[in-house]
Amino acid sequence: MRECYALDDPRLLLENFLAAGWRVIAPVLSEGALVPDVVQDADDLPRGILDSQAPGHYRLEEGATRRWFDAVVGPRGWKHWLHPPERRLWRALRNEDGFEIRPEVEDWPPTIFFGVRACDLAAIARQAEVFRRAADPAHATRVSATRIVAVNCGRSARTCFCVSTATGPRAEDGFDLALTETDEGMLVEVGTDAGASLLEGLGLRRASDHMRARARARIAEAAASQTRALPKDVAKRLPEAAESPRWEAIAKRCLHCTNCTAVCPTCFCTDIVDRTDLSDQRAERWERWDSCFTPGFSEVHGGPVRSSGAARYRQWMTHKLSGWHQQFGTSGCTGCGRCITWCPAGIDLVAEARALTEGD
Amino acid sequence: MVARVPETARIPSALLPMRARVAHRRQGPDDVATLSLCPVDGRLAPFRPGQFNMLYAFGVGEIAISISGDPGNADSLLHTIRDVGAVSHALCQLQPGDMLGLRGPFGKPWPVDAQAGRDLLIVAGGLGLAPLRPAILQALAMPERFRSIILVVGARSPTDLLYPEQLRDWAGEPALALSVTVDRATPGWSGMVGVVTTRLARALDRCDPANVSALVCGPEVMMRHCCLALEDMGVPPDAQWISMERNMKCATGSCGHCQFGADFVCRDGPVFRWDRVAARLRIRGI
Repeated sequence: MRECYALDDPRLLLENFLAAGWRVIAPVLSEGALVPDVVQDADDLPRGILDSQAPGHYRLEEGATRRWFDAVVGPRGWKHWLHPPERRLWRALRNEDGFEIRPEVEDWPPTIFFGVRACDLAAIARQAEVFRRAADPAHATRVSATRIVAVNCGRSARTCFCVSTATGPRAEDGFDLALTETDEGMLVEVGTDAGASLLEGLGLRRASDHMRARARARIAEAAASQTRALPKDVAKRLPEAAESPRWEAIAKRCLHCTNCTAVCPTCFCTDIVDRTDLSDQRAERWERWDSCFTPGFSEVHGGPVRSSGAARYRQWMTHKLSGWHQQFGTSGCTGCGRCITWCPAGIDLVAEARALTEGD
Repeated sequence: MVARVPETARIPSALLPMRARVAHRRQGPDDVATLSLCPVDGRLAPFRPGQFNMLYAFGVGEIAISISGDPGNADSLLHTIRDVGAVSHALCQLQPGDMLGLRGPFGKPWPVDAQAGRDLLIVAGGLGLAPLRPAILQALAMPERFRSIILVVGARSPTDLLYPEQLRDWAGEPALALSVTVDRATPGWSGMVGVVTTRLARALDRCDPANVSALVCGPEVMMRHCCLALEDMGVPPDAQWISMERNMKCATGSCGHCQFGADFVCRDGPVFRWDRVAARLRIRGI
């Protein structure tokens, strides 16, 4: 059994991390949403907020309690940091000879991710596997130089379905510390030696068995309250539905806005963009998030391979829920529900997966 | 406050081009240019037939181009490029001495070695001869290892035939049974007329189809019809290979652009065994 401590106020941890020189990134309020960003002050941590999430709907509101972690995931996942929306790969400069190329070198400060939910822990691990296979040392460095303080969910949003993807609501591994909020305070579970050393000097008391039981009960409540569930055999059944007319019906509602791929914590596709200045002396290559919903994504000479919206939606969903297993040994979906919440047309991935695989 | 030292994050080495210069350039047919390249920064890793490089034109961009050189000759880095877009246009304009960027080689090769003892059938349509040329050269370097080597080349018209001098040489090569066919003849053409699929039965008339291994490259529709025709003739689906073309950006299986079902064409292909992809190729827009 892991070591567990009791903590009254999560700001105590934050203050300690900040004082020790860590860059701390935690979900904070920004433009009406909770997004992971750099925290300068422990008081930046929002408190007493609830999220209301539904297909095409996200609102933050004052909660009835003063709890810290009742609001679950917002639009921005941790990939924003680990797999940034754009990065320069190299610069090229013309010279008498032709040109020279200078690769980009980036600094990653020692970082703590504070408040990572179980679904997002799974997402971090799944993206890490993608970039491990692609031999990207930058991604590996960012992950290895980041300590993770997870938060076990004591509440689910209506769009959550991590129970059906077996990725939550409890963080099982992949964290250094995990917090569970109970009415008696925070239960702090130690996941690694690095996590234990993050607690040094705080003088936390051991958590009582009663507190542990309360924490388990809250997580169980969050799990029991989930109403959405992906079909168990979706990975096998979805490719069999490749020619279903349902794809066309989804495409009629889909705006091809690429929101789902931007908010999905595992979507990893990028474009390579070459830029040059007007003098034609300097060129740069950038890597930038891309989306399989754009026609240009599959462009070859003669036009896009996936010219219809139906083909593009099928690509996204089939890759996510099925092809990912063949490519990386897991599903590409961690049940966070972001694609449902942030779809402006309210397309529900879970409902569509059911319809496509159950012949609805 | 404790001073904490940042870690250094470096880009994948496979995403960093090395520099190369155009050593020779040859125009034709039409808007096709064949560049012979010489690396400036060290030597390239040896390539295998069917692999490709990513070629970068300064400030314009980068595209995947198959390697057409002789795999037995490390200095033979040949790329055949059709001028169809901004990057290919810039590459086709390069003259001897000009510099370009190059990454590679990438991708799965034609399994030439593994076909020892079999009748090796190679079918090329149009520019599809470019990625097959190294496989042909590799087979011709050890012809005794195959029961026979058969090459069927098709093009739209006689002037569209790629590597005409090479084809003339191969016509006189005793180890190679060559047939060349065009969709439309022009005055002076005394060869065969018709799409490549119409030549397959004749090309294989001395072979037991069960003993034939086929390497097929050309437009997707041509490869599909070709492989289906070969299946009908009794060539086993697991003894046929095609080379797929998809949008490639990173060539390392991380940008996602070239996905074809669960395969990354850049990493799991471009050469695929026919039975792995046949069902997928029937569905539009996979």
